[in-house]
Amino acid sequence: MSLLESYASVAGSEVVDQLKQLGSQVRGAKVVHVNSTRKGGGVAEILDRLVPLMQEVGVDAQWEIIDGPEEFYECTKGFHNALQGARVPIPEHRLRAYEEANQRAAERLRPQLESADFVFIHDPQPARLLQHCPNRKGKWIWRCHIDISRPYLPVWKYLRRVIAGYDAGIFSLSDFAQPLPFPLYLIAPSIDPLSDKNRELDREESMAVLHRFHLDADRPIVLQVSRFDRFKDPVGVIEAYRLAKPHVPGLQLVLAGGTASDDPEGEAMLHEVQAAAGDDRDIHVLMLPPDAHRTINALQRVATVVLQKSLREGFGLTVTEALWKGKPVVGGNTGGIRLQVVNRHTGFLVSTPEGAALRIRYLLRNVLERQEMGRKARAFVRENFLLTRQLREYLTLLVGLAHGNTDRIELA
Amino acid sequence: MATTDLTTETQVKFAPLPKESPGAFALRDCALIAIATGSRAQNLKELHDRIAIIESACIYYHFWGGLLRPRFDDPDFRNDFAIWARNDMHDETLAERLAIIDPTQHATLDGLRDAVLETIEGRLEEVEAAGWQRTASAFHFVRSQIVVFDTGRVIQHPEELAERLPRLSLGSVFYHFIDARRRVPERVDDFRVWLRRWGDRYADLCDRLAEVDYYFVSLADLRRELAQVLGEYFEIPPDRQREDDF
Repeated sequence: MSLLESYASVAGSEVVDQLKQLGSQVRGAKVVHVNSTRKGGGVAEILDRLVPLMQEVGVDAQWEIIDGPEEFYECTKGFHNALQGARVPIPEHRLRAYEEANQRAAERLRPQLESADFVFIHDPQPARLLQHCPNRKGKWIWRCHIDISRPYLPVWKYLRRVIAGYDAGIFSLSDFAQPLPFPLYLIAPSIDPLSDKNRELDREESMAVLHRFHLDADRPIVLQVSRFDRFKDPVGVIEAYRLAKPHVPGLQLVLAGGTASDDPEGEAMLHEVQAAAGDDRDIHVLMLPPDAHRTINALQRVATVVLQKSLREGFGLTVTEALWKGKPVVGGNTGGIRLQVVNRHTGFLVSTPEGAALRIRYLLRNVLERQEMGRKARAFVRENFLLTRQLREYLTLLVGLAHGNTDRIELA
Repeated sequence: MATTDLTTETQVKFAPLPKESPGAFALRDCALIAIATGSRAQNLKELHDRIAIIESACIYYHFWGGLLRPRFDDPDFRNDFAIWARNDMHDETLAERLAIIDPTQHATLDGLRDAVLETIEGRLEEVEAAGWQRTASAFHFVRSQIVVFDTGRVIQHPEELAERLPRLSLGSVFYHFIDARRRVPERVDDFRVWLRRWGDRYADLCDRLAEVDYYFVSLADLRRELAQVLGEYFEIPPDRQREDDF
């Protein structure tokens, strides 16, 4: 069975059919994706599947990476933080390292990039490749995966000049975008239903994970999966658990996550969480490695209710993952969570630990309603947030760019 | 799943076509992509002023885009203006008035735009202060780019349509049942236009299709309802009209 056919069993055969039809409109188009890593991180995860799927529908898709010395990564990490609002200037020597890494990559990739019909540049790391490809024949698209609505202006001014020559941009949500001199397409992220993090698991495997972490299958489990990061409000989650616990004495809380190596605050936050948990044996703070996808999958499946009580959030794919497993989500009223959690349909939006506690109690008390919300949640993700939808939008964008900036394109 | 060649299958399964057949139904499909305009409104007055000047593709997107883009299908209100009025302005009165605007009753997007503007103007006259009340979340104007393409498939007989409906893409359902109302002079769906070509033979079925209110359901639910209407009419056994199970 081809990769594309295997998605038919999850997303529906008509969805796969439509992808083939749409793909035939851009058959043979040469597409190159460029980012800065083949492994680790959401962008690589998406490209790992998206590129083969594009190939299967007839697009000549390739995936290239750009790398550089440590200073290059320090610079691009600085971009990442500054674009999300951190007021940290980037020293001139790091900018030079960034520019040189792009120039070196361009020497290697120029023939491929200049001859491509479409080039997708993911995030700022490879963005300067465009300046080094003066004889490019295709359309260049800058795909921004992060929220740059409130950037640190000195850094944004530099990057805005870098990306000014692109033909189009892609953002996940309109709230995340900045005004730019080219069309800004909106393509929400998606989850891969066949990945280890989201595929169906045997009940035995889920139960084994449950036992490994000394969780009791007969008592309700509330779960939050996220890095130990202030904006994910893990301490607020513990507070919500404590407020709910007197009413649901058997309640167990699992905080599963890790700290990113590039997050100096992570360790401190973890200690804060552990201190807040104290000696409560029903609070399980799990430090998981970055590749613990099946473990996370199992935890989401055994959870009764999933929380994502973020104070600030990008899109919030952990919410999508939980909804896909038929779990209603109690989520912070922020970012992409608002797009996914719809009060009384797929979960509840909350603004405080008190609100979260109330909704946890409500969902635990109303079993039938919880199950119905879980059913709606899965259907909602199936129709809107699977990788197949993202592929459809990429293909639509290719057709759109190939046919000009008109509102309606009627193909024969 | 392999694509079925509908033309050859039809020859075998269905009754012979009348001598003067009304012709095959060519299945088309569509996909929509959203484009940010950078324009936004933070209160009702701004919403009004922006709507007055935005591209008509924005009007299309905020009325119809919800069906084809990733979004939870709001069970109460279909258009984005009404949803924003309720969720962000907390103005139920305005939300209800905006929600009742039926986009298919306007021959042009500019006509639809005028209807929205008049509704907002009415509200601004009633509650002057509401016009300047700042909302927590801005309304982001988005325009759509819609790509319509031929699937290369044709349906020869209405009964075949009944069988195929559960497996049509949501884009096809949108294009033929909803978008058609803007394209077809009679402002009805493509299915009825085709069925009417068979004379009075399917008049009852046309009446039943006319009763399907597409405005308050998701495309998936609409597909299910259409399949049910056609399935019951042709008495198609469930196994011949199977949706994929998930």
